[in-house]
Amino acid sequence: MIMYIVLGIIVLVVLWLLATYNGLVTLRNRVREAWSEIDVQLKRRSSLIPNLVETVKGYAKHEKSVFENVTKARSALLGASSLSDKAKANDQLTGALKSLFAVAEAYPDLKASENFKQLQEELSDTETKVAASRQFYNTNVLDLNNSLETFPSSIVGNTFGFTKEEFFKATNEEKADISVKF
Amino acid sequence: MATVKTAWDQVSSNIFKTWLIMFLFSVFAFGVIYVISRAWLGPNIDALSIAGVSLVVAGVMNFVSYWWSDKIVLGISGAKPIDEKSNKDLYRLVENLCIAAGLPTPKIYVIEDTATNAFATGRDPKHAAICFTSGILDKLNKTELEGVTAHELSHVGNRDTLLMSVVSVLVGVIALLSDWYLRSMWYRGRNNEENKNGAIFMVIALVAAILSPLVATLIQLAVSRRRELLADASGVLLTRYPQGLENALLKISADKEPLEAANRGTAHLYIINPLKGKDIMGFMANLFNTHPTIEVRIKALKEMEGKV
Repeated sequence: MIMYIVLGIIVLVVLWLLATYNGLVTLRNRVREAWSEIDVQLKRRSSLIPNLVETVKGYAKHEKSVFENVTKARSALLGASSLSDKAKANDQLTGALKSLFAVAEAYPDLKASENFKQLQEELSDTETKVAASRQFYNTNVLDLNNSLETFPSSIVGNTFGFTKEEFFKATNEEKADISVKF
Repeated sequence: MATVKTAWDQVSSNIFKTWLIMFLFSVFAFGVIYVISRAWLGPNIDALSIAGVSLVVAGVMNFVSYWWSDKIVLGISGAKPIDEKSNKDLYRLVENLCIAAGLPTPKIYVIEDTATNAFATGRDPKHAAICFTSGILDKLNKTELEGVTAHELSHVGNRDTLLMSVVSVLVGVIALLSDWYLRSMWYRGRNNEENKNGAIFMVIALVAAILSPLVATLIQLAVSRRRELLADASGVLLTRYPQGLENALLKISADKEPLEAANRGTAHLYIINPLKGKDIMGFMANLFNTHPTIEVRIKALKEMEGKV
């Protein structure tokens, strides 16, 4: 009788272990999937930049340093591989773009151009998409980290070498002004 | 945050509940059909197999609703699809919230009606559709519309749309059956050729025919009301801005115009009961309301302010 009870308990523990392990794997995969979505949106953002720079150049040839900054920030973003590098490069790009749009303010013809308006709109939409994908990523990281920190799933997590993931943080600058103002 | 329930737990629990409710309803329907057909056709008839056949019919209806409920509902409501070209602002608003929710962008529809309302349907996120009236698009500002959209997307993400469409078909089947029976009683009453055994069944069947649609409807209401509050809460987690949905609910409820395209069958799908003026007032209205009152929903949302 006692043997059966012990056997039953062992079976239950094994089942729980399997379920928890699989649950953690699923959570980790979701974080990775969410991460690739951020990547998609960041790429989309950087692919808009050359077109924008060309358009602004057509009206404001002399603002060389501004263009250089934007181009540099863009290649930094494309080159970044780790999460924190990407977050930093993305912030840099946001800053560079801000000065680009500040420059554009001085050129009424540019501001009136349909092409420029459309690019501005695209860019602002893409920035919303970056923010949205970041939110989804952070939600998934939170789920994973919670499971890894709370008892008893933390035991399984530590035993099988699961690691907590980093949140994708927005800097203060980005929080203050995400969209491009007209 | 004692126990952290992820959105994914909600999904599995809803899928489980869908099956459970399908099962319970089937048992319930089986009993009702058995009693009614026994009373209707007398003890010589094989009532058990009639009940079986009826369940197969119900199963087919379920199957149909599972695969085509979205198209049926959208068709009944006269909704027209839009895409990124024809309505860029709305499309992007939905698309961006979907990215935040990790859902594929659903098909988006608009009903040309000045009433303010919205609903979501579809068996899973890949086959989801979200529908707005042109009135709601005109009257709400962006943050309010985001609140409403996030609420609807939560229904999609939680698989409420699956559960609700299955429930509504099952409720419909039971209501239909009892309706048939009560009508047939009317004619049979003139013949008056029953035996003693049949009389008892007649009484049971009569009670079942009267009560079962009531019970079925109450289950449907209980299921759908709790779901509205849940969708409000998870929608706010998406927008992180409870005031948006609050203002939207206030605006929508202040608008007394009923939605022409809605009926009792589709009422529970909408964000706010679209039948409004058509409903009876007072306690009964509350008992048979498909939605919690606006006060309850606003209060719940106010409690979320500052926490998200």
